[in-house]
Amino acid sequence: MSRIEFDGVVVRAVTPGGPVPEITVVQETTLDLTEQRIALIGPNGSGKSTLARLVNGLVEPTTGQVLVEGLDVAKKGREVRRRVGFVFTDPTAQLVMPTVIEDIALSLRHQVRGREERAAAARNVLASYGLEELAERSVHTLSGGQRQLLAIAGVLATDPAVLVADEPTTLLDLRNSRKIGDLLLGLSQQLVLATHDLDLALRCDRALLVDQGAVVADGSPAEVVAHYRRTAG
Amino acid sequence: MGFSPIGEYRPGTSVLHRLPVGTKLLGLVVLSILAVAFRGVPTTSALLGLAVIGCVVGGVPVRRAARSLRGMLVAMVFLAAYQTWQRGPERAYVVVGALVALLLLATVFTTTTQVERMIDAITRWLEPFRRFGVRPELVALAFSLMIRGIPLTLEIAAETRDAARARGLDRNPRAYLTPLVIRVVAHARATGDALHARGIGDD
Repeated sequence: MSRIEFDGVVVRAVTPGGPVPEITVVQETTLDLTEQRIALIGPNGSGKSTLARLVNGLVEPTTGQVLVEGLDVAKKGREVRRRVGFVFTDPTAQLVMPTVIEDIALSLRHQVRGREERAAAARNVLASYGLEELAERSVHTLSGGQRQLLAIAGVLATDPAVLVADEPTTLLDLRNSRKIGDLLLGLSQQLVLATHDLDLALRCDRALLVDQGAVVADGSPAEVVAHYRRTAG
Repeated sequence: MGFSPIGEYRPGTSVLHRLPVGTKLLGLVVLSILAVAFRGVPTTSALLGLAVIGCVVGGVPVRRAARSLRGMLVAMVFLAAYQTWQRGPERAYVVVGALVALLLLATVFTTTTQVERMIDAITRWLEPFRRFGVRPELVALAFSLMIRGIPLTLEIAAETRDAARARGLDRNPRAYLTPLVIRVVAHARATGDALHARGIGDD
């Protein structure tokens, strides 16, 4: 299992024109994440997404460091991103090629050099997620659930060691939300899941409650979710 | 739901599907030059004939062909009216007919050419410029993002227009254009994040 370490991480953001020149998005945080499925829960704007983005290098700490398998995300971003996949809330931005198979093939460009071999590999990836029928479809004609499933397939095609998912079920209906949730929780990869779905969080191995940029509760999902329900007002 | 005014790839085995990307693109460029250099009724008629043959051979459905013209319909009507008024109906046919033919030929190109093949071709063509600092993979990716961006931008535009209508602001251009620009820029930033997260551009 991979290991993700936050060592005295602080994230500050400049707020031009705001009442204060700078705000603290993540307060000093030290974490050692070794469990397979880790849930990040908390209210909107609490800093869950920023914590998730730190793991992949989409956000860099103002001070402190984030290590993935011992690699400093700020210094070894390229190597880290090969190990850490990221799934966004809205898959529309994540799907950058016109058709389903081309988007999967884009993910495989580094692993499979030949075009024909890459197309075959992409079809295999699609088949393993039940998406083979959609191979030639334009990505903008897919439903929300299909888009999110494709986005996940595109990320997992590169076989990352860690998958970070930032509220991946927020835009989905109940059926698709369950389907994506089951898929993510059944992965062999280490999963960092920022979510508002407390049922999903309860099925993880560890949960962190984030509020106002700080981890205010950390432990078993049952305890942390219960704490969140008590304190959410 | 958005659509691409220049069409999208449709799998097939026609001769146009099998032609190399460079040959098709070169053909399109040559025909465009011919349309301007030898402007006249015979050229426009020949181009229209070629475009129809291209649509049939490439398996471009009639609806898709019509859709590719729809986006330019208003401009073409104005152009035809202006040309008829200024220089007569024959000139209007020559100008607008050539425009229709080239739009259809561009649709044939995108319908019969996978974007991945275009990316490979562009990457190959730009390879000699790598020594001057050009990164062919990134140029090719930008090209594919542009193609993907067309239907997405139209989708955002339709949603923004509907939102303005729902608030009774359909006659206020600011209520339409401001959120449209903000959403397109936000989408561009989100796409940048997604590319970064997928490690594209790291190499």
